[in-house]
Amino acid sequence: MKYLALAATTTLAATAAAADTPELVVYTYDSFVSDWGPGPQIEKAFEETCACDLKFVGNGDGAALLARLKLEGTRSDADLVLGLDTSLIAAAKETDLFTETAVTADYALPIDWTDNTFAPYDWGYFAFVHNTDLTPPANFKALGKSDLKIVIQDPRSSTPGLGLLMWVKDAYGAEATAIWEGLADNVVTVTKGWSEAYGLFLEGEADMVLSYTTSPAYHIIAEEDESKAAAIFDEGHYMQIEVVGRLAGSDQPELAEKFMHFMVSDAAQSILPTTNWMYPAVMPSGGLPQGFEALVKPENARLIDADKVPALRDEALAEWLGALSQ
Amino acid sequence: MARRALSVSVKSGIGAAALVVALIVAALLAVVSRAEVGAGFLSSDWAAIRFTVWQAVLSALFSVVLAVPVARAFARRRFRGRAILVTLLGAPFILPVIVAVLGLLTVFGRSGWLNVVFEAVGLPPVSIYGLHGVVLAHVFFNLPLATRLLLQGWQTLPAERFRLAAQLRLTPWAMFRTLEWPLLRQVVPGVTALIFVICLTSFAVALTLGGGPKATTVELAIYQAFRFDFDLGRAALLSVTQLVLAGAAAVLALSIIPSISMGGGQDRPLRRWDALGGAQRVQDTVVITLAAAFLLLPLCAVVLRGMAGLAVMPPQVWAAAGLSLYVAIISVLVLLALALPMAGWIASGRTGGTEAIGLLGLSASPLMIGTGWFILINPLMNPADLALPVTALVNALMALPFCLRIMVPRLRDTLQDFGRLSVTLRLKGWPLWRWVILPRLAPQIGFAAGLTGALSVGDLGVITLFADQERATLPLQMYRLMGAYQMEAAAGAALLLLVMALGIFWVCDRGGRWHAEA
Repeated sequence: MKYLALAATTTLAATAAAADTPELVVYTYDSFVSDWGPGPQIEKAFEETCACDLKFVGNGDGAALLARLKLEGTRSDADLVLGLDTSLIAAAKETDLFTETAVTADYALPIDWTDNTFAPYDWGYFAFVHNTDLTPPANFKALGKSDLKIVIQDPRSSTPGLGLLMWVKDAYGAEATAIWEGLADNVVTVTKGWSEAYGLFLEGEADMVLSYTTSPAYHIIAEEDESKAAAIFDEGHYMQIEVVGRLAGSDQPELAEKFMHFMVSDAAQSILPTTNWMYPAVMPSGGLPQGFEALVKPENARLIDADKVPALRDEALAEWLGALSQ
Repeated sequence: MARRALSVSVKSGIGAAALVVALIVAALLAVVSRAEVGAGFLSSDWAAIRFTVWQAVLSALFSVVLAVPVARAFARRRFRGRAILVTLLGAPFILPVIVAVLGLLTVFGRSGWLNVVFEAVGLPPVSIYGLHGVVLAHVFFNLPLATRLLLQGWQTLPAERFRLAAQLRLTPWAMFRTLEWPLLRQVVPGVTALIFVICLTSFAVALTLGGGPKATTVELAIYQAFRFDFDLGRAALLSVTQLVLAGAAAVLALSIIPSISMGGGQDRPLRRWDALGGAQRVQDTVVITLAAAFLLLPLCAVVLRGMAGLAVMPPQVWAAAGLSLYVAIISVLVLLALALPMAGWIASGRTGGTEAIGLLGLSASPLMIGTGWFILINPLMNPADLALPVTALVNALMALPFCLRIMVPRLRDTLQDFGRLSVTLRLKGWPLWRWVILPRLAPQIGFAAGLTGALSVGDLGVITLFADQERATLPLQMYRLMGAYQMEAAAGAALLLLVMALGIFWVCDRGGRWHAEA
C-alpha cells in the first residue's frame, strides 16, 4: 500500500509540473513529424525558447489535415495548423476556424505575400524530375508530342497531383483539355500519392515524374548522387507555398502567435531546406545549404489566387478525367 | 436430418455477429450524422461502380480457376520443401500494397525482368498497365489465398475415400468427378465471393496498375469524397454501395453451397494411389513450377531490393516493428474471440447465408470506418490514445471473413459427423469444444490466426488517421521513409515486414498442424 501511495504522489507531482508548462498542439502532415522530417528539430529548437511543450500531431497530407479539422470543428485541441498549401487556403478560410496573425517577414518568395491569416514557411516549384542522361522537353506541348513516359499523381488523392492540374489550367486556360489529351499517351500511370510515383520513377517505370525542382537536392546532398535533375518548362512553373495558421479556438493564443513568428525566423528556416527539401520562405542568414545552388530555377513563377482555386479546381478535374479516361 | 443434431451454443455467436454489425453501422451513422447536403451520386460514380464490379469479377474468377489445378497438384504431391513452399506462396497476400506493386513491377514493369527477356529474344515489350494489369495484380494477391482454401478443402476428404477409389481403380477423371468435383462445388463459391469482396475495395493497386483514372474504383471515389470534396453524405452513400455489392455477392455465393458432407474418417495418413502415373506427375510438376515462378519472382525482387536497404535502416524502424508485433498479437486475440463463436453459430445453421455478416468488415471502406470512429471517439478522448486498439480491432474485422471461410466448412463437417455421437455422450458447452471441436479445428485455427497476425503486420489501414509521432507501426514508418526520399531504407523496412509477416504466419500455422501434413 505504501508503495502505491508513494507512486500516486509521484504521479501527481509529475502531473502538476506538467500543468505549469503550457502545451502547444500543432496539427501537421505526416511526413513533417516523421523522424526524418523537420518536426523533431523544430520541436527542440522552439522548446528551447518558449518554456512550453510543443506537440506535433501528424495526419496524412494537407488535404487530410483540413478534413480532420473540419471533423473536429471548434472542439479541436489544436492551437495551430501547419502544412496547408495555397490550394487549400480558400477552403480553410471558409471554415472560419482560423484567426489573423501579425506575422510579417522579408519573404524570399517569387510573389508578394499579402494574406494576413496564414504565414508561409517554405515553398517549391512543381517540376518533372528526370535522369540527367535524358534531354527534357521544353514545355507541356513538347512533352505531349514526345514519346517520353511520365508518372503523375491523382489530383483527387494527392497535393502534387492537384498542383499539376492547376499548373496546366493556369498556363493554358481553355486549352487545358487539349494539353491533357496530348499528354494522355505519355502518362504511364497515375498513383495515389507522391511516394508511389517517385518510387515507380526510381524503379525505371517512367522517364519523368511529377515532383519538385528541389527534389534533386536530396539526391545531391544526402546521397551524393548528381544523376537527377528537374526539367524547366517555358510556360513557367506552378508553385506550392506551405503555410502555418493559428486557430481562433486556441487556449494559447500568445504562444501560438509566438510559434508563427518562430517558423519564419532564422532558427526554423535554416532547418527546413534539408529536412523538408523545399526552399525556405525567408532566406536564412547562412544562405541556402550547399547543393541547392546546383538546382535549376524557373524564370517564371505561376500561382492561382487562393480564392479562385475552388471553382477552377472542379472544372480542371473534369477536364483531366475526360482527357485521361479515353 | 429433421433437427439439428448438435447444440453448439449460438448465443455468443450471435453476440459476436451483432458486435461486428454494430461497429460498422455506428461508424456509418457517425459519418452520416455529420453530412451536409452533398452532390449525391455523380455520373463518374456510376463508371466507377461498373469498373469496380467488372475488375472484381474477373479477378475472382481468374484467381479461383487458376487455383484449382495448383491446389490439386499440392494435394496430390509430397516432396521435400513442400511445407515451406506452401507458406511462401502465401506471402503475396500479406504484403503491403505498395511493396507488392513495386515487386510486381520489377518483374512485369516497363523495364522489368520479363521485358528484358523479351527484348533479348526480339519480342516487343508488353505493358502491364490496364485492366489486365489490375487483374494480374489481384490474382498475384489472391491466388495464394484461393489455393490455401481449396487445399484445405482437399484435406477434409477422408483418406479412406482415396483408398476405396484406388481399390475400384478409378481413372483420374472418374476420381475427379466422384470425389473432387463435389468438393469443389462446396468450396469454390465461398472462396470466389471472398476474393470478389477483397477486390471490390481495391484502390491503390487498381489505380496504379490500371494506368489512370479509367481505373477509378468506388474506394477511390470514397477517398475523393472524404478528402477532396469533404462531402460526407456522398462518402456514406458510396460506402453503403460497397457494402450492398459485397453483401449481395456473399449471400448469392454462400447460399448456393450444397450442404453435403464428405463423410467422416478415422484420420488415417493420406496416400494418393491415383496420382502415381507419369502424365499426372508431369502435369502437377508443371503447375507447381509455374505458380511458384509467378508468385515467388516478385517476392525475390522485394528481397533483393531490401537487402541493400537493411544496412541503412534507421533504428526507429525496429521500434515500429515491435509495435506492429504487439498490434498483431492483439488482433489475433480479438479475432479468435469473434471468429470461433461466430463460426459455431454459422456452422450449426442449415445454410451459410449468415456468413455474409463476416464479409461486412472486409467490404466496409477502412477510411469510412476510421473516420466514423474518429467522429465518435473525438468528443470523448484523444483519438491518438486509442490508435493501437482501434487498429487491432479493425484488423480483426478485416480478417474475420477469411477466418470464417477457413473455419466454417471444417466445423460444419465436424458437427455433422460427430454431432449425433456427441449428443449421445451429452457433450456440450466447453467440453464439447475441448474434446470434439478444437482438436479437429486446430489446423484451421492456426491458419486463421497466422493469416490475421500477418495481415495486421502489413496493414496500413486506419492507423494513418489516428497515429501520432510515437505510435507508428512498421508499414506507416515505411511510408514515412518513402516520403522522406529514403527509398532504400524503405525497401529494407519492407523486407523486415515481409520476414515478420511470414514468421508470424509460419509460427501460428505450424502450431495448428504440428501433427498433420499439409
